Amino acid sequence: MSENNVPDTGEVAVALYDVQKWFGDLHVLKDINLSVKRGEVMVVIGPSGSGKSTLCRAINRLEPIDSGRIELGGVPLPAEGKELALLRAEVGMVFQSFNLFAHKTILDNVTLGPIKVRKFAPSVAREEGLALLERVGIRNQADKLPAQLSGGQQQRAAIARALAMHPKLMLFDEPTSALDPEMINEVLDVMTDLAQSGMTMIVVTHEMGFARRVANRVVFMSDGEILEEAKPDEFFTNPVTDRAKEFLAKILQH
Amino acid sequence: MSAFLEYLGSYWDFLTQRGPNGELTFDVLGAFWVNIQLTFWSGLLALLIGVVVVAMRISPIASLRITATAYTNIFRDIPLTAVILMMWLVVWTQLGVTFGGKMITDFFILAVVGLGLYHGSFMAEALRSGVNTVPLGQAEAARAIGLTFMQSARMIVLPQAFRGAVAPIGNTLIALIKNTTVASVGGVSIETSSVMSGMIEFGPQFIFLVFLTFALGYVVIVIPVGMLSTHLSHKLAVKR
Repeated sequence: MSENNVPDTGEVAVALYDVQKWFGDLHVLKDINLSVKRGEVMVVIGPSGSGKSTLCRAINRLEPIDSGRIELGGVPLPAEGKELALLRAEVGMVFQSFNLFAHKTILDNVTLGPIKVRKFAPSVAREEGLALLERVGIRNQADKLPAQLSGGQQQRAAIARALAMHPKLMLFDEPTSALDPEMINEVLDVMTDLAQSGMTMIVVTHEMGFARRVANRVVFMSDGEILEEAKPDEFFTNPVTDRAKEFLAKILQH
Repeated sequence: MSAFLEYLGSYWDFLTQRGPNGELTFDVLGAFWVNIQLTFWSGLLALLIGVVVVAMRISPIASLRITATAYTNIFRDIPLTAVILMMWLVVWTQLGVTFGGKMITDFFILAVVGLGLYHGSFMAEALRSGVNTVPLGQAEAARAIGLTFMQSARMIVLPQAFRGAVAPIGNTLIALIKNTTVASVGGVSIETSSVMSGMIEFGPQFIFLVFLTFALGYVVIVIPVGMLSTHLSHKLAVKR
């Protein structure tokens, strides 16, 4: 199995059917049909304002959709409430601005969900939390507050926080866009390891190198529409639409 | 100079005079103690109301938000004197709400409720300003790991809101300390402004010193509260 081949287990992790979303008059998601298989890494790229972040946020209902259907592991997303909360616990989310709980230590950030949502014993959650921090390379920062860490360290802590919930799927909403250039790679490395461990991932990013190396599939969005869906090599060497060619020309010329 | 000292001496005698049973005619310290107790209980009540109301105001349920907004606007807009008078004349006299004890206990409890309801609206607004210091991403991250609205409010949003609202909470508390004197219109005749009125009535020649005594008393109480609130607002501020 080459790296870019989708492991064909046949199991669908996420599926979107005819999803529509408006912000006022702005049609931000147009007829989105998409499915992601278990173990697949899907990278969503596109110009800003193309709806890719909204798509990512719609999958765990941080943005409610106006029509259409979203299913996680074959189960439709429930409406706001306890059921939705439980379902969100299965979906890890990593934000552009980290969003670590500012008043809690790094370790407490990582153990809060497991203790309060998963009802793990605090000692178990703590041990597992420390192991996860070790895995993302910041175990020695466990007792610090988020503001005391660099952006790259904060984002790695945020990834550990999401992983602590044992998610079936990880959503990354431009995880490196708020980082200084020298910190981008430390975060991408963690994400690459995660992809190689078999995690199902949907990654909204501008990191074309990461998309080429790690993705099984690239989805190109523009103006709320999915214009292309292809394997990374195909997409980067032979984009079909003019919009994609234009976009790639702009970002790859440097 | 000596005339002034003599005047001060006679004020001291006036201040410390005792009745036939040996009790102080004007129990100034006792009166301040009453106001401190009023502050403590109504402050606690106001804070409790403030937390509940602010949680309602950020809740996803529209009817809770509307109720909380209505409460805040109503009690913030009515003069405190009217609230306390209503507690006495409407709740106690007309509705006959009593607490079984002495009349003065009834008045004290009703004044605490009135002061708490009134300042609760200000506490809610102070806390709401604190909520506004918490970035939206904090609540989103809380929801994303599967916390319910209540868990997210209790563990993530409100603790940070509290820490961002120390200064306005302190201001409300300082206003409350001084506003407890309005309890005199609700029948709490043993608190400072009632005692002050009595002293002015019976010792009009000391009017300036009487005012000074009570003014100083409040300054001495309020200064530490102000200093503590400034100190805590720096110390507790959430670093972002």
